[in-house]
Amino acid sequence: MTLVFMESADDELSRQALTLAQSLGGDVRAVTIDGPYAPSVWAAAIVEAAGGDDIVGPGSDRGNELLAHAAAQLDLPFAANVSEIQGDELTRLRWGGTLLEEARLHSDRRLLSSAPFAFAPATWGQEVAVLTPSFGDGVQVVDHVAPDMGGKVSLADAKVVVSGGRGVGSAEGFAILEELAALLDAAVGCSRVVTSAGWRPHSDQVGQTGTKVSPDLYIACGISGATQHIAGCKGAKALLAINADKEATIFAHADYAVIGDLHEIVPAITAELRKVKGS
Amino acid sequence: MRILVCVKRVPITGGRMVLTADEQAIETKHLGFTISPHEECGVEEAVRIVEAGGGEVVVLTLGPEEAAEQIRDCMAIGADRGIHLVSSEEWDPQATAAAIADAIRAEDPFDLIVFGNESADAGGYQVGIRVAYALGLPVVTGLKGLTVDAGRARCEQEVPGGRDVYDVALPAVVSVKEGLNLPRYPSVPAKLRAKSKPLDARLVERPVSKLEKLRLVVPEGSHKQAEILGEGPAAAPRVVEVMQQLGVA
Repeated sequence: MTLVFMESADDELSRQALTLAQSLGGDVRAVTIDGPYAPSVWAAAIVEAAGGDDIVGPGSDRGNELLAHAAAQLDLPFAANVSEIQGDELTRLRWGGTLLEEARLHSDRRLLSSAPFAFAPATWGQEVAVLTPSFGDGVQVVDHVAPDMGGKVSLADAKVVVSGGRGVGSAEGFAILEELAALLDAAVGCSRVVTSAGWRPHSDQVGQTGTKVSPDLYIACGISGATQHIAGCKGAKALLAINADKEATIFAHADYAVIGDLHEIVPAITAELRKVKGS
Repeated sequence: MRILVCVKRVPITGGRMVLTADEQAIETKHLGFTISPHEECGVEEAVRIVEAGGGEVVVLTLGPEEAAEQIRDCMAIGADRGIHLVSSEEWDPQATAAAIADAIRAEDPFDLIVFGNESADAGGYQVGIRVAYALGLPVVTGLKGLTVDAGRARCEQEVPGGRDVYDVALPAVVSVKEGLNLPRYPSVPAKLRAKSKPLDARLVERPVSKLEKLRLVVPEGSHKQAEILGEGPAAAPRVVEVMQQLGVA
């Protein structure tokens, strides 16, 4: 038997976790939790509800955090970001999904989170039990702050992302990317090289340690294609790479390629878009 | 403030994942090494706190002999001394956490113990949390903001659409994410000073892995054949056509 923790009944990653849980065999029960977020308290509620069953959660920050708390409370192993499982043999993500690990879990109980987008989301026809733990002295959320986006679309939600790497050359070089992004109602992203150089804030970084994006179109300008970056943009439905170096690794991950100097190509695309939209 | 930062030596992977013949590791013959980006920010944050209010920053790693290089790098940023648990094998998260907790118990108490949110390579998302439980300390993960004052830590955790705020009493364990700060580049004198800072290295024996790595696999399908839309600015009309086909322009 398996207990699935769902962030909410319609949460995409949680419904993927449900699919993983159903693939384990045996009955599946689903729970959500009501009340202020308190990781240790929530995990204790999950552990109590699970009895001796396997526990599965979504491979989100929160899902991984709660499973890790549950594993620490139970002193059991926990496999994060599992993309396949057969009995006690599983495959899980390393390096943000740019490498896979096949592993064996030595435990009577399986504690797992589902790798994002490795499983199709399940539709859950049955009841989702709502747990309402009592809050003692556990650490809990006391406030929430939201950034002022100034009316701009966020990187995580954008349908199009115009992203720049080392090839952009400077902070000022991003002006032509901003201009193209404004025409496409796109967000501007960048690689880790750019944030480390201080050209853009870290909140713009797409990558394993930045934001993971899944737009309809990702435009990579002057980005070489390090695995750190690919881990953040491989969820894009289409990837257009603009790069002067024909041998750049990014082209191995691209659906469309334009070879040449982005400082000439990006303004030309902007001008062409204006022409088409104006007519 | 006495602050411990836990770091892990990882290769700088570049563009392609190439494995060793036994499929147990990444081929690192031609690669440099670093620590996870989250951890770089953890070291920087600890050094800033101690620069502002006094104290000591200790860096701990569990890794091969060569990981001394990463401890020295952290010392060049400003860490005062290092603890190196030496093992050439890869440890699972449970065993890693147990060894780190043992090493911490052997020290005078720390006010703050800092981890990266997850390691760049294994990405287990759990070592810091397990160490907190082993030591009976509160833990907050995924920090993009941290303010330490009067024995308490205000922690801002990144969540979709903003940040959740926690207020915890010290001592505590936190895990941080890149973006918490912009780590400094060490100066040449700082690198020289780092060479003579105290580093306590001791051999540790790996217990049986409960999450046992069998082999690594490079995922298929990451090598697409891109359609070349053209060269230079002359490609612009074709790019716009593709945007229209994709329904984004």
